[in-house]
Amino acid sequence: MLRQLSLAVVLLSAASVHSDEISVAVAANFASPMQKIAAEFEKDSGHTIVASFGSTGKFYAQIKAGAPFEVLLAADDETPARLEREGEGVAGSRFTYAVGKLVLWSRREGFVDGKGEVLGRNDFHHLALANPRLAPYGAAGVQTLQALGLLEKLRPKFVTAESITQAYQFVASGNAELGFVALSQVYRDGRIAEGSGWIVPPQLHDPIRQDAVLLTRGRGRQGPTALLEYLRGEKATSIIKSFGYER
Amino acid sequence: MLNPSDLAAVWLTLKLAGTATAVLLLLGTPMAWWLARTRHWAKGVIGALVTLPLVLPPTVLGFYLLVLMGPDGMLGRLLAAGGLQPLPFTFAGLVVASVIYSLPFVVQPLQQAFEAIGEQPLEAAATLRANPWDTFFAVVVPLARPGFMTAGILGFAHTVGEFGVVLMIGGNIPGKTQVLSMAIYNHVEALEYEAAHRLAAGMLAFSFTVLLLLNALKPERVR
Amino acid sequence: MSIRACFRLPYPAFTLDVDVDLPGQGITALFGRSGSGKTTLLRCIAGLEKAASGFLAVNGEIWQDGARRLPVHRRPLGYVFQEARLFPHLDVAANLDFGRRRIAADQRRVSLARAVELLGIGHLLERRCDRLSGGERQRVAIARAVATSPRLLLMDEPLAALDHARKQEILPYLEQLRDELEIPVLYVSHAPDEVARLADHLVVIDEGRAVTQGPLAEVLACVDPPLRLGDDAGVVFSGTVVERDAEWHLSRIVFAGGEVWVRDGGAAVGRRVRLRILARDVSIARSRHEDFSIMNLLPATVISHVAEDHPALALVQLRVGGTPMLARLTRHSAWRLELAPGQQVWAQIKAVAVVG
Repeated sequence: MLRQLSLAVVLLSAASVHSDEISVAVAANFASPMQKIAAEFEKDSGHTIVASFGSTGKFYAQIKAGAPFEVLLAADDETPARLEREGEGVAGSRFTYAVGKLVLWSRREGFVDGKGEVLGRNDFHHLALANPRLAPYGAAGVQTLQALGLLEKLRPKFVTAESITQAYQFVASGNAELGFVALSQVYRDGRIAEGSGWIVPPQLHDPIRQDAVLLTRGRGRQGPTALLEYLRGEKATSIIKSFGYER
Repeated sequence: MLNPSDLAAVWLTLKLAGTATAVLLLLGTPMAWWLARTRHWAKGVIGALVTLPLVLPPTVLGFYLLVLMGPDGMLGRLLAAGGLQPLPFTFAGLVVASVIYSLPFVVQPLQQAFEAIGEQPLEAAATLRANPWDTFFAVVVPLARPGFMTAGILGFAHTVGEFGVVLMIGGNIPGKTQVLSMAIYNHVEALEYEAAHRLAAGMLAFSFTVLLLLNALKPERVR
Repeated sequence: MSIRACFRLPYPAFTLDVDVDLPGQGITALFGRSGSGKTTLLRCIAGLEKAASGFLAVNGEIWQDGARRLPVHRRPLGYVFQEARLFPHLDVAANLDFGRRRIAADQRRVSLARAVELLGIGHLLERRCDRLSGGERQRVAIARAVATSPRLLLMDEPLAALDHARKQEILPYLEQLRDELEIPVLYVSHAPDEVARLADHLVVIDEGRAVTQGPLAEVLACVDPPLRLGDDAGVVFSGTVVERDAEWHLSRIVFAGGEVWVRDGGAAVGRRVRLRILARDVSIARSRHEDFSIMNLLPATVISHVAEDHPALALVQLRVGGTPMLARLTRHSAWRLELAPGQQVWAQIKAVAVVG
């Protein structure tokens, strides 16, 4: 589902000699931080951001089909690399803008303990996770279970969501008692806002790197380059961290 | 040509579509009959309710079904009170969702077929000693046969092609809730275009053949 | 043996309000203009008008009493609709069998073979219904109703949708039904010629009410209230063929009160036939004239005369022996002849039709 969300009012600041409208494809899990960053960026730079939120796989197909995106903020590091290889991304523009944190989360207070021992107890019907073939958070969940030696035992309880958003819906609606979701989905103001969760130690799975890449359509334009630069900056970094991501 | 999990998805899809179509015809026939015959004030309301699944985007409908069937949902609580398993992530759940989703596609052609029959043959049958049930099976069903065919075809095809709803409440469990459309979608998202094309082409060819066959079997409108 | 029907059913255009006792045998015609309520009455009797309140007893069996009603499918009746209403998904044979196989075996008094024979449809049995002509469809529909061995046969203008030739094709079958089956028939019609030919009893319906009823001959001859049939006003009575003249192709028929010569229609000597004499074919003379073409000249007594709808015309009721007769003349002629009740006159009859 591609939702076109125009975030900005054009701000014509006197300081800005040149103002671009930047078309950005953003991974759905990064929607909230991106809205905040975009507002700040527009204020600071005078450029305007038109952001589309959706699944990275769909963005890939659309970019290959000529979609007019200038920047991609992907949910993984593979897709940007692939686009760069295939000539749709500008060589050397890739960097990791956020590292996702995996959390085993339940809507119920106290269901998930601080060490994830609930997985060993195995007293639940469904364990939700994003499709490991499609989503890095899903793959990370599988790696975690493997590291804990629980993968084969728990596999029959998997309910696999199309995206990390849907995995969250499975758990939030109570249909699955617990699931691997992105910390950013349940993290507000420096803590897990609701229910109970175990933030999975990063050593149990490969890092969930979310990479950004400048697409060929944005090459040589001032706005897209400025946005990528801004994402590396201090202001963006603190926003990103406040949503439960690492840098 | 197809890997085992894709084959399982194909089989599951046929099973789901077949079951859902049977349930739809069983449920849709009395509904359509009532809608076609009644002058009750609630006719408009019920008719609109039946049509509503056409309005909601499938994933949205799926989301609400997920909530409704969940442990806090009305339906979920009702089932739990009856000592039954929760529906999400089960084949039964998919059937329920498919039935709700495809209901207008079955009820509307049936209702139209029943309305087209009108009062006259029913009166004639009554004067020939047929009670209402007898009339229904001996006169209405054969006269509405094209309507039943259309309803069955649409119900089946619509269930085969359904995606948004099963996506939301299925949980993508191979062999249990992972239907064909899900399998294709997964291939597409995983950028396995080759496998996606094979499945999609197979699905299109199969559906085309079935629709063609059914259309060929469909009798000329008796008049 | 009778049918008591008492119904009230308000409609926007009129209110059906009928209370009649009908004979439980022979053909009773429910006669009236279109929109008079005669079909509605028939549907009430069949139980097809769910909103009708009333009372209905057929030869001793109560079919409806207030809101308590026997459902249509439990009433031992046959119904012939104006538009045949054959089931298009069944062939002729299956249509014929539809009602018959739904009645108990011991109730089957009319066999399928008999019904087929009475309506002459043996050659149609294998046909699909959409391959039948209008007349054939109606004959199949009648046979289908008859095959249920009904204790009351209801016919709603079964010939109205047919052209003249098709009508003539079916009428003999209906006469045969009347003469050979002992099933009382209620026959809705607005065609005086059908009524004259088929009915034994006549109920005239107007604006939802039964205005006149009685034996056919009496009602047709009635001038108070007049039926206002216009050109179709006339009488029907029966007589017996007593002589056939081979040279002139004429038959002599004797009836209560006199005799007439008619065109020889093939009826054998001794046969009872039904005669129809239209009022416009009867003129009146004060004395006997034999010097013109009319061959039927009968002594008659004037009973009464009334004005017709057209201000120039008058309808005169006569009696020829025991048989009532009507004559239509101009009011001017009636005045010139100084017609008065009890007066002896000569009725000059231009045409007599043998109608069955």
